[in-house]
Amino acid sequence: MNNRPVDENRRKIKLLLVDDEQGYVDILSKRLAKRNFEVTKALSGTEGIKALRKQDFDVAVLDLKMEDMDGIEVLKIFKKMAPELSVIMLTGHGSEQAARDGLAQGAFDYLTKPCELEELIAKIHEACEGGKAGD
Amino acid sequence: MADKTNQDTHDSAYYKSLTRNMVVIMLVVSMMPLILISGILRYYFNVSYQEKAVDHLKVLVRKHQQNIDRFLTLKLADLRVISRLFPFEQLLEEPFLRECLSTLQQEYPHSFVDLGVVNAQGIQVAYAGPFRLKEVDYSRADWFKKALEDENYISDVFPGVRGIPHFIVTSRVDYRGAKWVVRATVDFEAFNSLVESIRIGKTGFAFIVNKKGEFQTKTRYEALASKGPYKSLIADQGLPEHDVTFLETTTEGGMPTIYVLAPLKNGEWFLVFQQEASDAYAVVERARWLSIIILVAGALAVGLVSVLLARRMVKTIKESDRQKEMMNEQVIEAGKLASLGELAAGIAHEINNPVAIMVEEAGWMEDLLKDEQQGRLENAEEFARALNQIKIQGRRCKEITHKLLSFARKTDPTVKNVNLNELIEDVVALSEQRAKYTGVKINLHLSDDIPTVNVSPSEIQQVMLNLINNALDAMEKTGGVIDITSRVNGSFVVVDVADNGPGIAKANLTRIFDPFYTTKPVGKGTGLGLSICYGIIKKMGGDITVNSAKGVGATFHVHIPWTQENKTAS
Repeated sequence: MNNRPVDENRRKIKLLLVDDEQGYVDILSKRLAKRNFEVTKALSGTEGIKALRKQDFDVAVLDLKMEDMDGIEVLKIFKKMAPELSVIMLTGHGSEQAARDGLAQGAFDYLTKPCELEELIAKIHEACEGGKAGD
Repeated sequence: MADKTNQDTHDSAYYKSLTRNMVVIMLVVSMMPLILISGILRYYFNVSYQEKAVDHLKVLVRKHQQNIDRFLTLKLADLRVISRLFPFEQLLEEPFLRECLSTLQQEYPHSFVDLGVVNAQGIQVAYAGPFRLKEVDYSRADWFKKALEDENYISDVFPGVRGIPHFIVTSRVDYRGAKWVVRATVDFEAFNSLVESIRIGKTGFAFIVNKKGEFQTKTRYEALASKGPYKSLIADQGLPEHDVTFLETTTEGGMPTIYVLAPLKNGEWFLVFQQEASDAYAVVERARWLSIIILVAGALAVGLVSVLLARRMVKTIKESDRQKEMMNEQVIEAGKLASLGELAAGIAHEINNPVAIMVEEAGWMEDLLKDEQQGRLENAEEFARALNQIKIQGRRCKEITHKLLSFARKTDPTVKNVNLNELIEDVVALSEQRAKYTGVKINLHLSDDIPTVNVSPSEIQQVMLNLINNALDAMEKTGGVIDITSRVNGSFVVVDVADNGPGIAKANLTRIFDPFYTTKPVGKGTGLGLSICYGIIKKMGGDITVNSAKGVGATFHVHIPWTQENKTAS
C-alpha cells in the first residue's frame, strides 16, 4: 500500500510494457505512471519491437502469452536489439517451463500473472539496480 | 438402469450358452472314442467268444457222441461174442442163457436187461430176463425184419410187447441152414443216463432222436425239446454222418436257441444238444453288462468333469471380460479427465487476465482515493473497504485458478526435494470444500522436524488425494473426522491418514491393494486408486499399509524413505 517515496533526484525509470490485454496495459501504465515511471505501452510483440527501435528503455515487462508472437521470440529480438535491457516476464501459473526458457535467453526474472503491483515495482527496481550493477 | 439389467441378462445368457457349448464339445470329444472303442472291443469279444463257446460245445458233443457210439458198439460186440463163442444149441437152452445174462450183468453192470433167441419165423424160442416173453411172435416187428437183413442191428426205441420204451441189439446167426437172431435188451436207464448226464450251463441238455425225429431217450425237457426245428433238418438234408452240426435259431416259442447235432449209429440217430443262446453266451452277456456299466460310469464322470471344467473356464473368462470392460471404462474415464483438465486449464488462463485487470482497477481507485482530501468524501472509509474487498476476492480467484492449473497438469514424475507438510496442506486445501459438504473435519498433526524427501510431488499429491478422497467416500453418509499425521520413523517419513468411518471388513483387507478390486457399486469405483498408490509408493522404495476393523475406521500408513542428505538439505 505504501508507495515507494519518489526520488525526485533520480531520473524517471523508462519502462516498456508489452501485453496484448489492452485493459491490463492501460490500468497498469496509469498506476505505474502515478508512481513516477515513464511507461510506454505496446499491445503486441511487433509494437514492442517498434517502440524499442524508437527509444531506449531501462526495463521491459513482457507477457509471454500473446496472440501475434510468442513472448520468447520477442525476448530474443529485444536482447539482440538492446542487450543491456532488463526484461521481466509475466507468465501464467503452470507455464513455468516457458519462464525458465526465458531466463536461459537472458531475461532478468519472471512473475506469475496476475501479480501484485508492489511485487512488480520491487522487481523493476531490482532489475534497474541489477542492470546497473551489471554495467 | 433397465439397460443395465438387459445387458446383464444378455451376458448371463451368453455365458450360459458358452458353458453349454463347452460341455457339449467336451462330451462329444471324450465320449466318441470311448463309445467307438468299447463298441469295437465288444464286437470282437462277442465274435471270438461265441466262436470259442461253439467250438467248446462241439468238442463236448463230439466226445459224448463217441461215448455213446462206443457204448452201442460195445453192447453189440458183447452180444456177438455170446452168439459166436458158444455152440448155438447151448444158447437155445434157457438155463445157459440165464447164466450168460447173469455173467454179462456181473461183468458189465447196467448193460443188458434180458437175452433171447428168435428163430427165422420170429418166435422167441429161448428167453432169459425179467419178462415172460418166451414163445412171443416177433415176426411182424419192425426190428425183426431188419435183424434178419443185417448181421448186427440196433433198433430204435419202441414199447414192444412189454409196453415199456426200450431198444434192442441183435446179432444174426446161421445155424443148420436157417437164420436165427440173438437179441438182447439194452438197459435203457443206463443208456439214458449217458445222455441225461450231459448238462451244460443252466439250460443246456441233450437227447437222442432218430431220423423221424422220435425221441430215443427220455428227457425231462421233452416239451422244450419237441419244439426244436431240427426235425425238418434231420429229415430233409443229409447232415454229415460223422461230424457235428451247429445251428443257431429260434424255437417255436421265439427263444433264441443253439443246437449241436451229432450223428450216431451211422446217421440213423442224432445226439441233439440244446441250450438257450443267452445261457450259452452268458459270459458275453456279462461282459456286455460290464461294458455298459463302465461306459455309463465313464460317461457320468466325463460329464461331471466337463461341467465343472466348463464352469471354471467360463468363470475365468467372465472375470477377464469384466476386467477388460473396467479397463475400457478406466481409459474412457481417463480421457474424460484429461479433456476436463485441459478445459479447466484453459478457463483458468482466460480468467486470469480479467481478474488481473479488476484488481488493478481497484488499486487505481485506491490510488485516486488517497489523492482526494480526507473528509471531503462522505463515505471514504466505506469506499476503501469495498476496494480492499475487491482486491482480496481477486487474490482468492487467483489462488483458485492456480490450484486448478496445478492439478490439470499431467502427472510429472520428475523427482524434486519436497516438503511433505506443505504438500499435505495443499492437498487438504483442495479437498476442504468437499469435506465441508460431506460433514467431515480434517485435522492436521504435522511434525515440524520432518526432512524433505526426494520424490515426485505430483505423484505424492495423487497418493494423498486418493487416500483423502477414499476416506471422504467412506464417511459420505455419516460424516466424521480425518486425522492426518506426519512423523519420522527411522529412515522413513510416515504420513498417517486416519478416518473414523465404517472401517474395512477383514476379508477385503488382504485384497485392498489389488488392481480392479473394489467394494464400491458398479460404475462408481474402478478398483485402481489404491493399487496405483501402492505402485507409486513401492516405486519410491516406501511402503503403504492399512489398519482397520469394522466399525472403528481405517488408517493408512504411507512410508516414504528419506536419506541423511535430505536432512542436511532441509
